[in-house]
Amino acid sequence: MSDTHAESIAFVRESSLPPAAPPDKVGGPLKWVKDNLFPTWANAILTLVALYFLYLLLAGSLPWLLNGVWSASSLSECREILDGASGACFSVLSERWHQLLFGFKYPSDQYWRPTLALVLLFLAAAPVLFIDLPRKMLLFTGLYPFLAFWLIWGGPIWGPIFALLGVVAGYIVYSRLVQKSFAMALAGGIVAAVIVWYVGGFIGEALRPASPLLEAIPSRDLGGFMLNMMLGITCVSLSLPIGIALALGRQSHLPIVKGICVVFIEFVRGVPLITLLFVANVMLAYFFPPGSGVDLFIRVVIMITMFSSAYIAEVIRGGLAALPKGQYEAADSLGLDYAQAMRLIILPQAMKISIPGIVNIAVGLFKDTTLVSVISLFDIIGMIRGPILASTDWNGVYWELFMFASLLFFIVCYGISQYSQWLERRLATDHR
Amino acid sequence: MAETAQMKVSDEVAIRIDNMNKWYGAFHVLRDIDLTVHRGERIVICGPSGSGKSTLIRCINALEEHQKGSIEVDGTLLSSDLKNIDKIRSEVGMCFQHFNLFPHLTILENCTLAPIWVRKTPKKEAEETAMHFLEKVKIPDQANKYPGQLSGGQQQRVAIARSLCMRPRIMLFDEPTSALDPEMIKEVLDTMIELAEEGMTMLCVTHEMGFARQVANRVIFMDEGQIVEQNEPEAFFNNPQSPRTQLFLSQILGH
Ligand SMILES: Nc1ncnc2c1ncn2[C@@H]1O[C@H](COP(=O)(O)OP(=O)(O)OP(=O)(O)O)[C@@H](O)[C@H]1O
Ligand SMILES: [Mg+2]
Repeated sequence: MSDTHAESIAFVRESSLPPAAPPDKVGGPLKWVKDNLFPTWANAILTLVALYFLYLLLAGSLPWLLNGVWSASSLSECREILDGASGACFSVLSERWHQLLFGFKYPSDQYWRPTLALVLLFLAAAPVLFIDLPRKMLLFTGLYPFLAFWLIWGGPIWGPIFALLGVVAGYIVYSRLVQKSFAMALAGGIVAAVIVWYVGGFIGEALRPASPLLEAIPSRDLGGFMLNMMLGITCVSLSLPIGIALALGRQSHLPIVKGICVVFIEFVRGVPLITLLFVANVMLAYFFPPGSGVDLFIRVVIMITMFSSAYIAEVIRGGLAALPKGQYEAADSLGLDYAQAMRLIILPQAMKISIPGIVNIAVGLFKDTTLVSVISLFDIIGMIRGPILASTDWNGVYWELFMFASLLFFIVCYGISQYSQWLERRLATDHR
Repeated sequence: MAETAQMKVSDEVAIRIDNMNKWYGAFHVLRDIDLTVHRGERIVICGPSGSGKSTLIRCINALEEHQKGSIEVDGTLLSSDLKNIDKIRSEVGMCFQHFNLFPHLTILENCTLAPIWVRKTPKKEAEETAMHFLEKVKIPDQANKYPGQLSGGQQQRVAIARSLCMRPRIMLFDEPTSALDPEMIKEVLDTMIELAEEGMTMLCVTHEMGFARQVANRVIFMDEGQIVEQNEPEAFFNNPQSPRTQLFLSQILGH
C-alpha cells in the first residue's frame, strides 16, 4: 500500500476501481516461432540441430514407408517389385492379416464370432468406464462375460447359461443374507453358486445337442492379437477386484487375513512372471484333479491375474495410506459399518488417487501378455516368430511385422492412458 | 468427583461415564473420569493442550477405546460389541476440528449418505431433511457444490448439518472453530448457539470463552487426563478454585 504513495503513508481509497478485462495476448504465428523456437542464440542452435535430426529420421524412413509394397505374395516377389529400391514389404500384413489377428488355427468362417465379441465389449465396458451413462446398462455388462465366452469358444450354450444361473443364484442368496452377516452371506452365496454349477453340469450333459449352434473351438486354437486382447481384458478386470481385496486385507486387524495377504503379495512380487507362466504350463495341472484338464487359457489367466493383482494391491495400499485419518473417523462417527465406509467413502477416494498407478500396471500387464509366446501359445508375437517368419514365403520380414505388432499395442495402450487422464479430470472434485 | 452445582435441564441421563481410564500403550491419558451429562445440558470442556480433551469426547462415540470403567450413552453400555457401537454412533453426532467432509461427494450427498445407508431413509426424504438442515445452517444454495469449493466456516457448518441429518440426540464438538479465521468463527458459533437454544445435548471442546459463558450450563477444566474443576460458567470464570485452573484462565484470558 505504502509504495503506491511513497511521499505519505496514509492512504484511503475513495472510489473503488471498476474491474478491467485482462490485457490482449499479442499473437501471430511468427511471434510464436520467435518466442518458442528462437528466443536466444543458444536456443536457436538447439532448434536447428533438432530439426536436422528430424530431417535425417524422416529422410531415412519416409521413402521406405511410402514405397511399401502391399500386393506381393512372398518376400522374393516383393524384392522383384522393389527392384533394389528401398521400400517396405507390407504385403506380409495383408496376406497374413487373419493369422496376425486370430491365429492360424481359428476356423476362418468363424472370424465373425470374436469380432462380434469385441464390438459388444465396447457396449459392455461403456457403463463401467463412463460413470455418467445410465446404470441400467450394467445389466448387459453382467451378461457380457458369459456371452463372450459362448461366442469365442462356442459349444453347447448350456455351459454359459448354467454358469450365469449359478452366479445369479449366489447373488440372490447373498443379498438375502447380507443384512444379517456379511461372512454368512458370502459363504451362502458361494455354496448356492456351486450347487447350481454342479447340478447344471449334469443337466447340461443330458441336454447336450448333437451339433451345437456354434461350433466348439478349443483354447489351443485361439491366437493372434485376439489372444492378447482376451488375456489383457480378462486379467485386468479380474485383478482389479482381487487387488482391492488384497489391499484391504493387508490393512486388516485380523492377523490371519493380514498374514495371508502379505505373504501372497510379497511372494508374487518376488517372482518373475515368466516363471509363473511356465508353472501354469506344466505344473498347475498337478494341483487340479487329474482328468479335469483345466484349460491352458484359464491356467494362464490365473497366473497373470495373481501377478498383476499383487501389484495393484500395493498401488491401492498407497492410495489408502494417502487418505487422512479424519475420513475414516468421519465415516465411523456417522455410524457407517466397515463395508459401507470402505465402499462409499474410503475406496472411491483411494482408487482415484491410485488411477495413475493402476493404469501403469494395466498397460504393463497388457504388454506382458506377449510373454505367453514362450509357453508356445500363438499370440501375435508367437504368430510372428512361429508360423509367419518360419514360412518360406516370409522368412526375413522382421521390421514390418514387429512394427505392426507395436502399432497395435501402442493404439490400445495410448487409448488406456488417454482414458485415465480423462477419468482423473472427471473425478477432480477436490478443487485443490 | 463431586457433582457440584449444576443447572439440571432434565433428570434424564444422556451420558454416564463411570471411573473411566484410558492408556495409549503405557501412557495414562485419561484417569478416573466420572461425568454425568443430563439431557439438554451444554457442557464446555477446556484445558491445556495434551490434557486429553479430544480423547475424552472421542471415547464417548468409541472412536477411541477405553480400557477401564464404563461409558453409557442413552442407556446403551459402550462395550466392544459392534452392534452397540453402531447404535451409539448413529445417535451421537460429531464435528471435528478439520471438518472431515467427504471431498468426493457434493454437500447434499455428504448430508444424505448416512441417513440413506445407516437409517435406510428413502433418498427423496433424506434429501428433504438435508435441505432443511442446510437451510438451518444458512447454506442451502451450496448444496450441489463440492466441499473444496466452500470456505472453512461454510464447511464446518455443512459438517454440523451432516451430523444433524442423522437426528442425533447428543452432539460432540472437538474444537470446531480452532481451524478457522476469526470472521468465520462467529458464523459457526452462531449455528452452535442456535442448536443449544433448541435444547440439544452438547459436549463441546473449545477455547471460545464467550461461547462458554453464553450457552454452557457447565464448564469442565481438564489437566493431565483428569477433571480438575467443573462449575457453572459464571462461577468458573469469576471464581476458579484450583490453582491450575487459575493459571490456565489467566493465560487464555490474560491478553
Ligand atoms: N494415537 C495416540 N497415540 C499415543 N498418544 C496419543 C495419541 N493420541 C493422543 N495421544 C496423547 O494423548 C494426550 C492427550 O491427547 P488429546 O488429543 O486428547 O489432547 P487434547 O487435550 O485434545 O489437546 P489439544 O488441545 O492439543 O487438542 C496427548 O499427550 C497426546 O500426545
Ligand atoms: Mg484435541
